[in-house]
Amino acid sequence: MTRKEWSHLIRIGLLMGLAVLVVSVIGMVEKFNERALIVGYLTLGQLLLYIPALYAGYTSVPAGEHRAMPQRLLGGVVVGLLAVMPVILLILVASSWPGIRSYFVNISPNMVKILTAGKGVGPGIGLLAGEMAALGLIGAAIHLIPDRIRKPIVTAIIFTVGFALFSDVSLNIANQLFARKTVRVLFGTKGITPLATVIVFVISLVAASLWTWKGREAYARRQANMSSEQAKRSQRIATTVLMIVLLTLPWVLGVFLTDVLDRVGIFILMALGLNIVVGFAGLLDLGYVAFYAIGAYVTAIMTSTGNLGMGLSFWLAVPVAVVAATMAGIILGIPVLRMRGDYLAIVTLGFGEIIRVLVRSDLLKPVIGGAQGILNIGRPTIPGLTFTTPQHFYYLILLACLLAWFISGRLRDGRIGRRWMAVREDEDVAEAVGINLVITKLLAFAMGAAFAGLAGSLFAARVGTIFPNSFELLISINVLCIVIIGGIGSLPGVVVGAFVLVGLPELLREFDEYRMLMYGALLIIMMLVRPEGLWPSPITRREMHAAEENAAAVEAEHSSDIRAAVEG
Amino acid sequence: MSNLLEATRVTKRFGGLTAVNDLSFSIPRNSIVSIIGPNGAGKTTFFNCITGFYVIDEGDIVFDGHSIKGKSPDVITKMGIARTYQNIRLFSNMSAIENILVGMEPRLHSPWFGPVFGLRGTKEEEEKANVDANQLLNFVGLRGKGDTLSSSLPYGDQRRLEIARALAGNPKLLLLDEPTAGMNPRETAETTEFIRNLRDEIGITVLLIEHDMRVVMGISEDITVLDYGQKIAQGPPVEIQGNSRVIEAYLGRGAAGSAQLSLKHQEAA
Repeated sequence: MTRKEWSHLIRIGLLMGLAVLVVSVIGMVEKFNERALIVGYLTLGQLLLYIPALYAGYTSVPAGEHRAMPQRLLGGVVVGLLAVMPVILLILVASSWPGIRSYFVNISPNMVKILTAGKGVGPGIGLLAGEMAALGLIGAAIHLIPDRIRKPIVTAIIFTVGFALFSDVSLNIANQLFARKTVRVLFGTKGITPLATVIVFVISLVAASLWTWKGREAYARRQANMSSEQAKRSQRIATTVLMIVLLTLPWVLGVFLTDVLDRVGIFILMALGLNIVVGFAGLLDLGYVAFYAIGAYVTAIMTSTGNLGMGLSFWLAVPVAVVAATMAGIILGIPVLRMRGDYLAIVTLGFGEIIRVLVRSDLLKPVIGGAQGILNIGRPTIPGLTFTTPQHFYYLILLACLLAWFISGRLRDGRIGRRWMAVREDEDVAEAVGINLVITKLLAFAMGAAFAGLAGSLFAARVGTIFPNSFELLISINVLCIVIIGGIGSLPGVVVGAFVLVGLPELLREFDEYRMLMYGALLIIMMLVRPEGLWPSPITRREMHAAEENAAAVEAEHSSDIRAAVEG
Repeated sequence: MSNLLEATRVTKRFGGLTAVNDLSFSIPRNSIVSIIGPNGAGKTTFFNCITGFYVIDEGDIVFDGHSIKGKSPDVITKMGIARTYQNIRLFSNMSAIENILVGMEPRLHSPWFGPVFGLRGTKEEEEKANVDANQLLNFVGLRGKGDTLSSSLPYGDQRRLEIARALAGNPKLLLLDEPTAGMNPRETAETTEFIRNLRDEIGITVLLIEHDMRVVMGISEDITVLDYGQKIAQGPPVEIQGNSRVIEAYLGRGAAGSAQLSLKHQEAA
C-alpha cells in the first residue's frame, strides 16, 4: 500500500476511534446500554460502539477507488483496530486510576464493565479489539458483495435494528391484538427477543430482495404504462387507504403513542406555517414561538374556568386566537419589511423574547398569570362528546394539519406562491417586475403566524394548563430545524422532519439529556450529506442538482483547460 | 403628448458624487433611443432612476403623463416600464416558464386566497397566464424550454428569457441594459433584429444602453451621450459619430486633440 492509502486508513480509523472515545466519556454508552435491542445479545450502547467501526471499515477505501481484495480486507481490520485504540487507552486509564472520575463524571466502573463485557480488563480489551477488527473487516467486505445481494441484506439489517429500537410502537400494537403470552415470546420489556429478530430479519430480507430484484422494475413499468385515468384511480385509492390509516391510527396505537402523535401533529402544524415564511418566502424568522404563545394564551384566557378566564367555548376561542396571532404577525412584519437575512433573524429573535418576557412579567400577571400560568383551560366539546383523551385531540389536530397542508399547497402553486418564490430568489428584481414587497411579505408572516396561532390554541386545549416555560426560544429553533431537516419548502418534508425531531425523541425519552447533542450532530450530518433535507421539494432538489451540474461543468472546463495548457 | 417619457433636469447624488447631473431627456413614442457613454458615465444610474430603484434628488420624470418621482419600483413597473439587467438577474432557481409568469404580475389581479377556495376567476386567469407565457416563450425563441431551470439555460437564452420576462407585463417602455453584452457577432445581429421587431411589430418603445457601436448606430433613432453624469451630445447616429466632444469623451482629450491637430496639419499642408 502507498503512503497515501495508509494515511487515509489512519485518518478514518482514528477519527472513528475518537467518536467511540467521546460517546464513552460523555456517558452515552453507559446510558444507552440500558436499552436492549435484542434481549440478551445486543444493546443500543453496544451498537453505539460498533457503528463507528463498521463505518470506518466501510469507508476504508475512498469512494471511486479500487483495491485488490486482500488489501481491502486488511484495510478494514486496520481501521477497526485503530478505532478501538483510544477507547482501550480509556479502559486502561480508568481501571488503573479511579480518581479520574472526579474530572470526568461519566467514566464509571460500570462503563469499564460495559466496554470490557464484564470479563476483566485483559480479556475484555482483547475481546473488544477482536470485535472491532471483525466489524471493520465486515464493513470493508460489504463492498465485495454484488449490489443485488448487498442491497437487500443491508436494508434488512437496518430495518431490523430500527424495528428493535422502536419496539415500543409494535409492542403497543401487539398488546392490543394478541394475548399477553404471545407478546412475551416476541418482545422483552425493552427490545425484541432473538426469535423476533430472526422473524423480522427474514421477512424484511425477503421483501427487500423481491423489491430489489423484481418489484422496483415492475413498479416503474406499471407506473410508466398507466393511462392518466388509471393513474388518477390509483391515486384515489392511495389517498383513501391513507385516510383510513390516519383515522384508525389512534385506536391501533393506544393512548401513549397517540399522545406522541398529538405532539408531533402540533409541531407539524407550526412547521407548516414556518415553512411558508422560511421555505416559500425565504424570510428567516427566529421568533416564531411568539405566535404560538399568543394563540395559546388567547385560548387559555377565553376558555379557562379558573379565576383568570372567561369560561367561553373553545370554538369561539380558536378563531379569535388565530386572528390575534395573525395580527401579531402583521405587526411584527411591518417594521422588519426592509430587513434582510441576518438582521431579520435577529429582530424576530428579539420579538420572540419580548413575548416570552411579557408573558412571564409581573406587569401582566393579573391578566395572564405570570409564572403560575393559566389553569383549568376549557376542553372543546361537541354535542355528546368532550375532548379529553389524546385520541379525541388526535382528530382535532389531524383536521387542523390537513387544513394547513391543503392551504399551504394551494397557495404555493398559485400566484402568491410564485411571488414568494421570486422574493426569496431576488428581492430587488421581484420588486422591479411589479411585485408589491410589502403585501407579499406581510402575507407570508400573517399566514405563518395564523398556523402557529392555531397550533397554540390546540396545544392549550390539549394540555389544559399553560406556563411561560412552554414557550421558550427552543421551540422556535425546534420548528426551524424541522423545516430544514425535512427539506426547506417541502410539505411532506415538514411531516417527516416533525416525526424525526419530535416523534423519535419522545420514543427515546430516557436519553433526553443527549437530545440537543443528537440534534447538533444530526444537523451537521444532514448539511454534509443531504443539505436538501430528508424529503426535499422538487425546487430544492433542482437547486442542488443544478449546483452539482454547474460544478461538474466548471470542473470539466478546468480539466480541459489544464489539458490544453499541458498539451500546448 | 408625443413623448412617452420626459425627464427634466434629473440629478442623482451619492454623497459627494453626482452620478447624474441636470439631465434632460425624452423618449418619443414608438422609437428606439440609446444612451451611450464611457464606463461610469451614469447610464445605469439613470436607468435605476427611471425604474424607481433610486429616488432622484432633483428634477422630475414624467411617464405617459404621470410623474414617477418617488414611486416604488413595483408601482412604476405596473405603469408600464420594464427592464433587463446588465448582469443577467433571472430567478435562477425557477424554471423559464415560472420566470415569465412572475413577470406577468402587473397584469394579474386575482386575489391571493383564490387558489384556496378554487375560485373560478383565479383558475381562468392562471390558465390564460400559462397560455400567454408559453406564447411569449415561443416568441423569444425558447420553444420547449419552459421547464428548464433558468440558470441551466445557455447564456444567450438567458438574455432572451430576461427580455421575455420584461415583456410579460405588457410594458409600454422597455429598458435594455447592454442586451448584447458577451454575445458573439451572430447572436448580436439576431438580438438587434429582435429589438427592432419588438418596436415594429408590437409597438414597444425601447431605451437601450449599449457598448457595441454597431448595434447602437444600427437601430437607434436618437442617441444621447453621457459623460460624468452630464449630457454632452444628443442627436441621430450620423451626427453623434462625427461629434468631437463624443470622441473626446471616449478617447480622452489628448487623443481628440491630436486627432484635430493632425487634421490641422493636413490642412496647413
